[in-house]
Amino acid sequence: MPGTIVDEIEIIDAGHGGGTPPPAGGDDDGDSSGPRRPVPRRAYFTALQLGLAAIVMFFMALASSYIVRKGLGTDWQSAPLPRVLWFNTAILLASSATIVVARKKLQGGEREAFRSWWWVTTGLGLLFLAGQIIAWRQLAAAGMLLATNPSSSFFYLLTAAHGAHLAGGIVALLYVAFRPWRRSRISQATAAELTSIYWHFMDGLWIFLFALLTLGR
Amino acid sequence: MVTHEDGGGHGHQHQPPSGFIRKYVFSIDHKVIGIQYLCLALFSVFVGMALSLLMRLHLAWPAAKLPFVTGGQMTPEQYLALMTMHGTIMVFMVLTTAPQSGFGNYFLPIQIGAADMAFPVLNMLSFWTTFVSLVVMLCAFFVPGGAPIGGWTSYPTLSALGEIVGPGQGAGETLWIVGLAIFCGASLMGALNFITTLIDLRTKGMTLGRLPLTCWTWFVTAILGLLAFGVLLAACLLLLFDRIGGTSFFIPGGLVVTDQVITWHKGGSPLLWQHLFWFFGHPEVYIAILPGMGVASHLLSTFSRKPVFGYRAMVAAVCAIGFLGFCVWGHHMFVSGMSPYSAFAFSLLTMTIGVPSAIKTFNWLGTIWGGKIQFTCAMLFALGFVSLFVSGGLSGLFLAQPSLDLYLHDAYFVVAHFHLIMGVAAIFGMFAGLYFWFPKMFGRFLDEGIGKVHFWLTFIGVYAIFMPMHYLGLAGNPRRYSEMTAGPFLIALQPVHKFITIAAFITIAAQLIFLYNFLYSLFAGKEAKEENPWHATTLEWSIPSPPPFDNFGGLEPVVYHGPYEFSVPGAADDFIPQHLAPNLVRKA
Repeated sequence: MPGTIVDEIEIIDAGHGGGTPPPAGGDDDGDSSGPRRPVPRRAYFTALQLGLAAIVMFFMALASSYIVRKGLGTDWQSAPLPRVLWFNTAILLASSATIVVARKKLQGGEREAFRSWWWVTTGLGLLFLAGQIIAWRQLAAAGMLLATNPSSSFFYLLTAAHGAHLAGGIVALLYVAFRPWRRSRISQATAAELTSIYWHFMDGLWIFLFALLTLGR
Repeated sequence: MVTHEDGGGHGHQHQPPSGFIRKYVFSIDHKVIGIQYLCLALFSVFVGMALSLLMRLHLAWPAAKLPFVTGGQMTPEQYLALMTMHGTIMVFMVLTTAPQSGFGNYFLPIQIGAADMAFPVLNMLSFWTTFVSLVVMLCAFFVPGGAPIGGWTSYPTLSALGEIVGPGQGAGETLWIVGLAIFCGASLMGALNFITTLIDLRTKGMTLGRLPLTCWTWFVTAILGLLAFGVLLAACLLLLFDRIGGTSFFIPGGLVVTDQVITWHKGGSPLLWQHLFWFFGHPEVYIAILPGMGVASHLLSTFSRKPVFGYRAMVAAVCAIGFLGFCVWGHHMFVSGMSPYSAFAFSLLTMTIGVPSAIKTFNWLGTIWGGKIQFTCAMLFALGFVSLFVSGGLSGLFLAQPSLDLYLHDAYFVVAHFHLIMGVAAIFGMFAGLYFWFPKMFGRFLDEGIGKVHFWLTFIGVYAIFMPMHYLGLAGNPRRYSEMTAGPFLIALQPVHKFITIAAFITIAAQLIFLYNFLYSLFAGKEAKEENPWHATTLEWSIPSPPPFDNFGGLEPVVYHGPYEFSVPGAADDFIPQHLAPNLVRKA
């Protein structure tokens, strides 16, 4: 159970346990215990990579289901994919470029330029999502709903899953823009770098899914 | 007192949290979160045991009227609902939470010398998400139709067609799936935290080669969880869409349910679910057992006053088990009509897992061989773990033969196998950990005398329950049947079922002894005034009991030794704590 201030003082006095006093020679020679370092910046990148690994497994499960399901039965009816998807892909690729530019501006100290390019990226991300919804509506208008046939089921499922993860990325973009970074454990530049890695990954994931849907159609 | 070196300010608190809510409810302290998980698991295990007791009572006396059963005499569907929720609650809410998220959360940061997990807020979120998932699942009992009947494996088409296939398959099954999906999210968050903490937050001197084996198992278990739960989440989504979205991922055409022809689904494959589920499901059972192995290694060494025999081989074995665990899912599907060549491949890989498992077993024996053994309750449970792991693991080799599995699949032989391994060995790992770490967590000891009674009753009891099930399986007793009255050969086995039920009753009653010990000792147990009553070597034994909110008082410990320096030649004491500077080690 959390200790009190009294317990803290007690610990300092009692040393490190095992019945022996702390080593003589001070705390700063790099070889003995010293004040605790904060959580390293590296940890955020580790966590991000792990998160991406989990997301990969999730989408690989869906992608392999897609491939298996396509090979079964006779009810796979492929339909041409809405052309707006190509436009959406271009938007997303552009947003990957703009996020790189934004980060370069931040590194160069041009805060206003950073903010502008960051907003452009966010806007493009939102535009992508809007474009996906347009694609959905076009498909629905053509009579292809979720349950119409497995091809359409997977289309909606894969694009929705990707869209949900991208929406998470947009939340991250907004968080980077709005959070007061002075009192945080990491700098805004680090947060921007983490967000951009995630963003590029979403981009790459979309390319993969789009290829799967196009080629598997 | 506590200095900050930082690059621009930071938000973590240096004062202990104040107020009941921040201290005990929405706490970001890994120790509190660990205890919260353990409480969730403790509650769940008693629910799970109660469900199994009802099942066993019905199996032994099918005509009897039972309490808590609507209508008194249990119907087959009610039995299946009990079985489904028993399996689900035990596997997810007990075996996946307590060993990893319970003890791991509490002790991983301390054993590596960290002040907390890498992401304390995420840690808190992962517990409360788990809690929500439990609540959602338990709601299945209370909705119209009751709990689902599809087993913890929830195979379509039973799980996919909705209410028309049986009671509980409407709202109950949907709640089950949603609860499970929420659990997937919680587990992924937890796994991410564990791995990041282990990789990036180890203190000075704590190299991977000096990690206690408990940490190694928490590490590999977290990796398994990270990679497996995403697949389960995908499977749950697909199943959910089949149920409420009208899709046909898993539902083939031409189905007739009672008198109703199902025309609105076609082309799907129930086998697809099985592949997805078991691709997750097999790593899941290694998630359940690996932390127990780590605890066993740790305790066998500590209470024999000897280093772990073959530390590097133990680490390699844990990693091998983790890796191979992803390669063997097909052995759950030997009777699904798969190609014999696939079956051969899965069989070979399954037997291969026996190699690192055997290495671990022999190394456990090598650890205690010639040691000065202290038969504390923790040690007894660790020894019991080894015994049960061998018993349960050996039957796995039989089941790994496709030709034998043709007969044994869906028979009680399988029930014996997984209960001995998961339902008992893993539980013994948890008991061992609890008896060992209770003084550190709560500043008091669990009573050793009562603990020994608990141990022996449980140890003998679980063998009495599950050993006869091998015989039942070989005799052809199918599993998931609510009563064994379907023919002379089953009726002849009824005395065995009665015996098992009585053994189960006694064993479950013995857990009440444990519960009494636990609750009594929390408030009035013998005080553990010493920091290191067991004379153990790892870092948690260098801090007060219970530990302060930031574990090491704002300082960063330095590690100089490996984790199992017991009876080192030339040293005066029979143990060298990891943090003891070399110049301070007393020489003989």
